[in-house]
Amino acid sequence: MTAAVFFGCTFIAFGPAIALFLFTIAREPLRVIFLIAGAFFWLVSLLLSSLVWFISVQISNKDSAAQQKGLLIFGVVLSVLLQETFRFAYYKLLKKANEGLLALSQEETMPISIRQLAYVSGLGFGFMSGAFSVVNILADSVGPGTVGIHGDPQHYFLSSAFMTMAIILLHMFWGVVFFDACEKQRWWAVAAVVISHLIVSCLTFQNPRYVASLVPTYVILFLMGIWAFYAAGGSLRNLKLCLTCKDKDFLLANHRPR
Amino acid sequence: MVQVCVGGNSVEKKIYVHLNYTVPCVRLLNATHQIGCQSSLSGNVGVLHVLESEDNLDWVLKSGPNPPYLVILESPLFTRSIMMKLKNGSRRVAGVVVVAPNANPLEAFSPHTTCPNENSGVYSEDYDPALAHCNVTVWNPFGNGLAYEEFDFPIFSLKDDNDTHVIRQCYMEHNRAVNGSTPQYPLCAMQLYSHMSAVTNTATCMRRNDIDFSISPEMVCDPLGDYNVWASTRPINNTAKGHKMWESVVIAAARLDSRSFFFDIAPGADSGVSGFVTLLAAAHALRNATQEAPPNRTILYAFFQGETFDYIGSSRMVYDMQNNQFAVDLDNVHSVLEIGQVGLHTESKLWLHSDPVSRKNSSVLFQVRKLIENLQSAAGGLNISMDEPSVSQPLPPSSFQRFLRARPIPGVVLEDHQSAFSNRFYESMYDNAEYLNISYPPNMTPEEQLEFVTDTAKALTEVATMVAKALYMQAGGSEPQLSSIKADAQIVTRLLYGFLVRSNNSWFQQLIPSDLMSHLGKPTNFYVGVTQQSSEPTLLVQHLLANLTGSTVNITQENCQNQREDENDKENKHVGWHTQREGFCIRSTVRLSKALSPAFDMREYTSKDYSTWTESRWKSIKGRIFLVASHDLEVNPSPHRVKDNICKADLTHLPSCNGLKGE
Repeated sequence: MTAAVFFGCTFIAFGPAIALFLFTIAREPLRVIFLIAGAFFWLVSLLLSSLVWFISVQISNKDSAAQQKGLLIFGVVLSVLLQETFRFAYYKLLKKANEGLLALSQEETMPISIRQLAYVSGLGFGFMSGAFSVVNILADSVGPGTVGIHGDPQHYFLSSAFMTMAIILLHMFWGVVFFDACEKQRWWAVAAVVISHLIVSCLTFQNPRYVASLVPTYVILFLMGIWAFYAAGGSLRNLKLCLTCKDKDFLLANHRPR
Repeated sequence: MVQVCVGGNSVEKKIYVHLNYTVPCVRLLNATHQIGCQSSLSGNVGVLHVLESEDNLDWVLKSGPNPPYLVILESPLFTRSIMMKLKNGSRRVAGVVVVAPNANPLEAFSPHTTCPNENSGVYSEDYDPALAHCNVTVWNPFGNGLAYEEFDFPIFSLKDDNDTHVIRQCYMEHNRAVNGSTPQYPLCAMQLYSHMSAVTNTATCMRRNDIDFSISPEMVCDPLGDYNVWASTRPINNTAKGHKMWESVVIAAARLDSRSFFFDIAPGADSGVSGFVTLLAAAHALRNATQEAPPNRTILYAFFQGETFDYIGSSRMVYDMQNNQFAVDLDNVHSVLEIGQVGLHTESKLWLHSDPVSRKNSSVLFQVRKLIENLQSAAGGLNISMDEPSVSQPLPPSSFQRFLRARPIPGVVLEDHQSAFSNRFYESMYDNAEYLNISYPPNMTPEEQLEFVTDTAKALTEVATMVAKALYMQAGGSEPQLSSIKADAQIVTRLLYGFLVRSNNSWFQQLIPSDLMSHLGKPTNFYVGVTQQSSEPTLLVQHLLANLTGSTVNITQENCQNQREDENDKENKHVGWHTQREGFCIRSTVRLSKALSPAFDMREYTSKDYSTWTESRWKSIKGRIFLVASHDLEVNPSPHRVKDNICKADLTHLPSCNGLKGE
């Protein structure tokens, strides 16, 4: 539906993520590298789950709608589980890599902390997941038409963009919580991340009832955000100091060396 | 992960409904003008509006709040006044869609001009100013000239089927203004693609064809043309061109082609098919008589292509004759009998038209009178009466006019109208089998329909018998043979069925070589088309003429394809061979001669003497409907709007601002 919708939906979907990237990641080459590696890991998980999906669709009975719907649910669940498995695999890889990095580098402290790695890898997962969710839809939004001639509800493009934004941010929060839980061996937290991912993905089966799928997703986003904040070491005191620009650690950390 | 469906681009399927059967109007160019329709490169998008009456045009042109509109017309509203108003308001009109009806309308409709081929016939200021430009008789009084106007929006034709039903429903749900309130977004819209590459006139587009910038040069237009089909009762040596001593030829001519407003739809029932079917039947009737008792003169059957577009075929043949490129030349031509529109003869009356100016010469007058006498006596005993129109009336548009342009030859044109055409749908998509009253009893299989002799076929058979007898007498044949010359009604009805109802029938399938079978199937289209693509009618007429005038020869298929009688026969100068299915070979004198206007060979693209018609090329022709959700249908300015802005800003001397007329 013309360029206006295209640019609007692109910025809605990727805006926060790109802002985060520009302000916190773009200056540090190591962070960029780990973000891209994280995106790649998500891509591999998608490849595996799509392979399984493709084979099972070819085997199945294409005429039975119920079977196709069941197959779709199975596909979604499998994909979520594979994504979380790959998140765990990436965590293990990063732990190993960290020891190697420490041995190689000449400084005594680690060049990148596990918390930063959690944030960056989560965002990497989010970028790639968002791209695959929404780029197809954005390509069709450039043409002159909008959804609706067969009776589908009109706000297809807008809802997809908002959903994608939520998913990208959720991936980032899940990454933080997941890595923190793995560090502290809190397996119930890991299970909670997996379950919340499953819930959000299955909420999309409510589409085209967009309210029923978007509102709970945003509630979960908000809750996961708070959890990630606390898991990353945040607290109300830190928040107050940061907002009033009196946080000495923050100021020192951003002090440029002469 | 957002839910995504399997199978194709499902997002696109949610948005667009593609139209299956779209027939556009395309752009044609000649030496001075461009005619037809054009869309922008990325398609024209317009909000749908179904026009209810001519007054409803106000909504489209002035008061509607969501321009540009794409107007849907039922066929009774497809008139000149509505189209001209839409053309003038083209800033608010994105395109027009005409819904083709299932039955012919009651009122006359002819998109051709009132005076067809006005400047390319024989009647010019030099020949006789009183007769030029249809001063005496307006041949096509119902002509509204729509096909010769230029539109800068696309005009498509849709059949009244499922797609049209979807369009109407979409309009009813979203676009109708209820009780004077403006319709709210989202609105139903359509996009039509028919971008034409050529502009201005033939000279410009042929020049652009020659530009050689890249490895694969882009052609923008192609000349119209095809092949003429001709055959003779006695074999004429075709390798030795030019004048043949002692050869006197009577030419029996008919035209093959027709056209309509839309591309590739041209049923041409009365304007083309009636004439050449009669001539084919007459040729068949003469087969035995001319072989057993050959007359003095040779009869040359000529079927001209491209006559609708300023006599492409006949002008080419006359040109070839003048330049010794044809098997005979104009000195060999004794007289001409042309069969024009003969399908609609009311009260079984036919008219013999001749040229008043050449008749002033006494020897020409004598020959014309003799030809008319032969025709009158040939009609004796048949259910036809013949008459001559008034002495001062010129010839109707006919291929014979091009022969007269070269020299005064005696000739007669046979028509079913005294002065103006009796064909109310001349060169339109309604000139079809229904108009000629070709109807079959219900519940007949296609095979039964093929063999059923309709009344129209009976009438045309009488005409064909009369023509055959007259040709035999004109060629100097002897009296006793005359009674045996009779046209076969079975052949005539099969020809009419094959050309007007269904070309994929068992009789045609027997005659056409198997590698050309794929051409059959769709309704036969008599538009002449571009030179590179040979049209279906030429092929069919060539093989039919061979079958109807030739004789079967018992030789192997290989010898047949190599055009030899047996292994020893190395030369074969004056006959042609055809292979047929099921392994029989026919020897006949049927030949094809190129029907490309001499203007293209001489590279005179602004020629006033010869046809200069070309057809533009295009990339894709399609249409689709969808909903639009805001009034910004085009965020990026279209070239159309940019051009308008430039033209408004006092740069009106630019050629594109002046309506694209090259003069």
